[in-house]
Amino acid sequence: MEFKDYYAIMGVARDATQDEIKRAYRKLARKYHPDVSKEADADARFKELGEAYEVLKDAEKRTAYDQLGANWKGGQEFRPPPDWNAGFEFSGGGFTGGDEADYSDFFASLFGRDFRAGGAGRASPHAKGEDHHAKVLINLEDTYHGATRTITLRVPGVDAQGHVITRERILNVTIPKGIREGQHIRLSGQGSAIGGEGQAGDLYLQIEFQAHPLYRVDGRDIYLDLPVAPWEAALGATVKVPTLGGIVEIKIPAGSGSGSGRKLRLNGRGLPGDPPGDCYVILAIALPPADTEAARDVYRKMAQELNFNPRAKMGV
Amino acid sequence: MNTENSVPQFSIGILEEHTQLTLADLCRACAIHAEQIIELVDVGVLEPQGREPAHWRFGGASLHRTRRVLRLQRDLGIDLAGAALALELLDEIESLRTRLRAMGGEY
Repeated sequence: MEFKDYYAIMGVARDATQDEIKRAYRKLARKYHPDVSKEADADARFKELGEAYEVLKDAEKRTAYDQLGANWKGGQEFRPPPDWNAGFEFSGGGFTGGDEADYSDFFASLFGRDFRAGGAGRASPHAKGEDHHAKVLINLEDTYHGATRTITLRVPGVDAQGHVITRERILNVTIPKGIREGQHIRLSGQGSAIGGEGQAGDLYLQIEFQAHPLYRVDGRDIYLDLPVAPWEAALGATVKVPTLGGIVEIKIPAGSGSGSGRKLRLNGRGLPGDPPGDCYVILAIALPPADTEAARDVYRKMAQELNFNPRAKMGV
Repeated sequence: MNTENSVPQFSIGILEEHTQLTLADLCRACAIHAEQIIELVDVGVLEPQGREPAHWRFGGASLHRTRRVLRLQRDLGIDLAGAALALELLDEIESLRTRLRAMGGEY
């Protein structure tokens, strides 16, 4: 297994005081907290940080960890010394609220699996199994049309011989029409039961959208950039637009393409709901390339015929 | 229905839109005591319908809002009022980011 350099993870010196360690934890926790941070690896960083703090804030664990010596580097192959743990008596208690189940094998090899299970008891005012939470990545078409998704969950359990195993559980889940990013689907009774009896907990699936090549989303509204030729914007035209519900024809009024005329709204063509969202078409004028003599002639003619200074408002 | 061959099918609504929770539902789902939920209502993190706790009905979004506030409090060592403020600011940042993305900005 990999050695974990808890001092490096927390960015503190090996001789840091307990106060320094606490301050470092508070600061990094604010930075990497998954509810606050937008960094992609925030979840993993926060867990790692919680584990490091778990060890360094506790005088007993820190002393034990320090016994390993200062020569180890993070990521190095590690095996605990044979006489490890002799002479230490860990008193349990004092666990952070972090999720103990997420601690690394490295942590478990030093401080044991039982040890971490003995910490903070979960308040459970009602006898019911644990709720589970998972994320599901869907695309916009799934929420527009509704869809069925097959979801594979890894569920820890115990086999006939009493060994802890991970089983795969497959569920078919209907994605409700119009569900938005960040919303949840609750599957009653699909969490885990306590010791196989009693009422099972629930399973919550949080919806995330895959980035779409054409559309952007704001609530139920859909935004789409639509390239138009200069003459379509200037003279008006009827053009085809791809929407989630299929291709529609829209009329571009003459003189669009600048200012408020740049944004056209297609009522009710956003995500389904009550009321349904709208689809906003943002016109983007595309310049024809001047890659032939004929094309260059047209541009030269425009330069001669049109009295146009795009910088007039800048006074130059 | 949980046999190997037939994959269980689920058809359910959107938690945030089709679900109403009682105080007991919310306590159970978040594994906390009613007093803590009442505190969250007092600081305005949760806004149930109904006059008194026995008749309160919470929107489905309350569930993850509650869990989030509790995590912020627990992990960052801030008090309830601080966590409530953080939650409001995070909501605002999130909606601004969504706006920015929709307008074609980088985020």
